[in-house]
Amino acid sequence: MRPAPFEYAVAADVDQAIGLLGQFGDEAKVLAGGQSLVPMLNFRLVRPRYLIDIGRIKGLDFVSLVDGGLHIGALTRQRTVERSDLVRDVCPLLAEAIKHVGHQQTRNRGTIGGSLAHADPAAELPAVVTALDARLRLKSIAGERVLQAREFFQGSLTTALRPNELLVAVEIPSWPIGTGSAFCEYSRRQGDFAIVGAAAVMQREANGRVARLGIALIGAGDRPFDATSIATDWLIGQIPDEANCKAAAEEIGASVEPDSDIHAPADYRKHLATVLAGRALLCAAQRAVIPGRERGNGH
Amino acid sequence: MDIEREVTLTVNGTRYTRVVSVRKLLCEFLRDDLDLTGTHVGCEHGVCGSCTILVEGHTARSCLMMAVQADGTEITTIEGLAKDGRLHPIQEAFWEEHGLQCGFCTSGLLLTVHEFLSDRRDPSEQNIREALAGNICRCTGYQNIVKAVAKADRLWER
Repeated sequence: MRPAPFEYAVAADVDQAIGLLGQFGDEAKVLAGGQSLVPMLNFRLVRPRYLIDIGRIKGLDFVSLVDGGLHIGALTRQRTVERSDLVRDVCPLLAEAIKHVGHQQTRNRGTIGGSLAHADPAAELPAVVTALDARLRLKSIAGERVLQAREFFQGSLTTALRPNELLVAVEIPSWPIGTGSAFCEYSRRQGDFAIVGAAAVMQREANGRVARLGIALIGAGDRPFDATSIATDWLIGQIPDEANCKAAAEEIGASVEPDSDIHAPADYRKHLATVLAGRALLCAAQRAVIPGRERGNGH
Repeated sequence: MDIEREVTLTVNGTRYTRVVSVRKLLCEFLRDDLDLTGTHVGCEHGVCGSCTILVEGHTARSCLMMAVQADGTEITTIEGLAKDGRLHPIQEAFWEEHGLQCGFCTSGLLLTVHEFLSDRRDPSEQNIREALAGNICRCTGYQNIVKAVAKADRLWER
């Protein structure tokens, strides 16, 4: 038997899940798709006293268009998101990034909420929802809270989720059709965790100038590095080009504070952060369809 | 809260009901409780792909599922691929192209390839290599594995 002993319950619905979390939260772990939790159980890196299986709850598996944005239920499989026409049309950044999340074998089981709640600093989805300025909906017996992604991620494998709370959905705001986006990462093999990656989204006005943007990096610190304010200083109101995207990227690369580990030394990660941030910003700019002009392409 | 639960699942067309410890992995359940030892366990944390099986027709790492999570599901393991004493065309192709050396990774590879080829035709070599990225072969026999997948695409009438 690989995992250390625990007691197990299946939650039939959200109310039962948050009831169990209210009762056992301090000593419990939530099991959804299990693609991040079970490896940690197998190595006994986590030894929860209770495991609450939410995998059979109906109604937490949805992708819906709401006010031009996307609401995605926490139990939605990564593979479902990967194959969703709605996600591809409304949120191409997520559609592009999800292909980098593990392998098909893990995306078949792994959930959107599981990846976000696990909060691995090298995982793609936390950076994507940070760049998109998404909100996370948390539920407990005390009620609901909605947090911005940048408040939610608090460190390596650490989030603002309280022990009695369940992540139930991620809510991605509307980015108008024609907004450009790009996800760039460097990993040793397809499907491996990224050494460093960058997710960028950019909306341009009819005159070509940048109206709004978001950018976040992975593998460059203990949580998604939200570089939106740095890139905003360089690019808002500007016509994006190689020079100003590069200037923004250099400041981003100088600002990140990655650690060295077995995969890459810190200075190499800083170099990658500069290169990939620049590439993601420029690519997002080029993909943005400028209203009233023919050139450019969405995706 | 339980430490044991009854599970009922269908594996390779046979229905089984067993009482299992809630902390038993699905791969252990298949191997130890059902004697289906064709599912191989390598890394035990979802990286090597050896334990890949089909759950409801889709690949899954059986070391990353608890047996209790499989309650009510339909599973195919490597033992379910050959029918009536005849190898599946994917197995045939691996045999003909020498797509295995020690064979440890092979059962997981075959099921990965089964899902990969089931909904596409004529994949490029690049597509094949990407599809295999989640299965590690430590004999490093990838060259012939890639050839075997291309051959399986031609052999398998689907």
